[in-house]
Amino acid sequence: MSDMDNAPQEDLELKALSQALHQLYDPVLAEPVPGRLRARPQRWRAPAIAAGWVILGLCAGTIAGWQLHASRPAVPPQAEVPGFVKRAAVAHATYSPEVRHPVEVGADQEQHLVAWLSKRLGATVRAPKLETIGYSLVGGRLLPGDNGPVAHFMYQTAQGRRITLYVRTEAAENRETAFRFAAEGNVKVFYWIDRKLGYALSSADLRREDLLAVADAVYRQLNP
Amino acid sequence: MNDADSIVELIPRLRRYARALAGDRAAADDLVQDTLERAWAKLHLYRRGTDLRAWLFTVMHNVYVNQLRAARPVAQLDEDMPELSQPGREADGLELRDLDLAIRRLPPDQREVLLLVVLEDMSYDEAAGALGIPIGTVMSRLSRAREKLRAMLSGLPPGGSQLKVVK
Repeated sequence: MSDMDNAPQEDLELKALSQALHQLYDPVLAEPVPGRLRARPQRWRAPAIAAGWVILGLCAGTIAGWQLHASRPAVPPQAEVPGFVKRAAVAHATYSPEVRHPVEVGADQEQHLVAWLSKRLGATVRAPKLETIGYSLVGGRLLPGDNGPVAHFMYQTAQGRRITLYVRTEAAENRETAFRFAAEGNVKVFYWIDRKLGYALSSADLRREDLLAVADAVYRQLNP
Repeated sequence: MNDADSIVELIPRLRRYARALAGDRAAADDLVQDTLERAWAKLHLYRRGTDLRAWLFTVMHNVYVNQLRAARPVAQLDEDMPELSQPGREADGLELRDLDLAIRRLPPDQREVLLLVVLEDMSYDEAAGALGIPIGTVMSRLSRAREKLRAMLSGLPPGGSQLKVVK
């Protein structure tokens, strides 16, 4: 090997190359890990942590249910389901099974995502933080709606169970509604209107009361 | 900490290596995702007490090779590569970008060896283990990879370093 002739120079060059490679690629280490990579199979989760989530979920559900009775009664399903709720359910059924491309912009670019969607909707849109109840943001996308662009956020649990939040602008401002429930096919939806924005929270596999607990957490996040 | 937690801890390292190996973010994260899926499924095959990181890199190597096989590269940019840099361009950002491009133009087997040894700081022995090749092959691939990088990066004289490092 001719390398032996100029070994010190070789070392120097390798060191420079190594430093350059670290400069190029080390920023990746500091990036938040996308949700789709954090999901691990159920059986590898520590039982204590799992139990913790169950207890937390039960507490959240109980508190949510109790608070809702006090302030924001969930009304029984009404005969006429608004069109946007159907669209939300369809969007959920379309995107939540996606493995490779569930969202357009990932949670690692959350600020960009929220700024972009807010700009397109013409209203301040926020992605609620749901880590405390076990859901992390996967990301979001822009969707066409019946009265303009719609923001669509996706969240998932560590087991990969997904919920989506559909946010659209409301034509009539300053309206508020209670949580309403609808089922479209196998997709359950809680929806409500809060001033300028209409929300629909969808899930295919949560029980109704669990989805209600999430809806309540979303509502409280957005109205601290 | 159990093996599962250790895997989660190593995800940023896997992402860094995958980014360097696969190029763009989406392809790299797809590679990491496939690697993790396989790692979770095969975790029972991992021998405790051995280096978990090396094992994960082996899993990623196998996934990567399968991906390459599934999608044949458009053209092997092996020989006959044009120089990337115009002489006289000194900005460090540009040189780093040139390096990034040059790395992507290396043949995959040479790129893997270069990244494992120089970026991941593996010994020749560890790299040989992770890739399942003899140590002599590691050394020859590394030397060819460095030779090609030199040739691609703005007419560097072989053996001499003009790489600028921003502090």
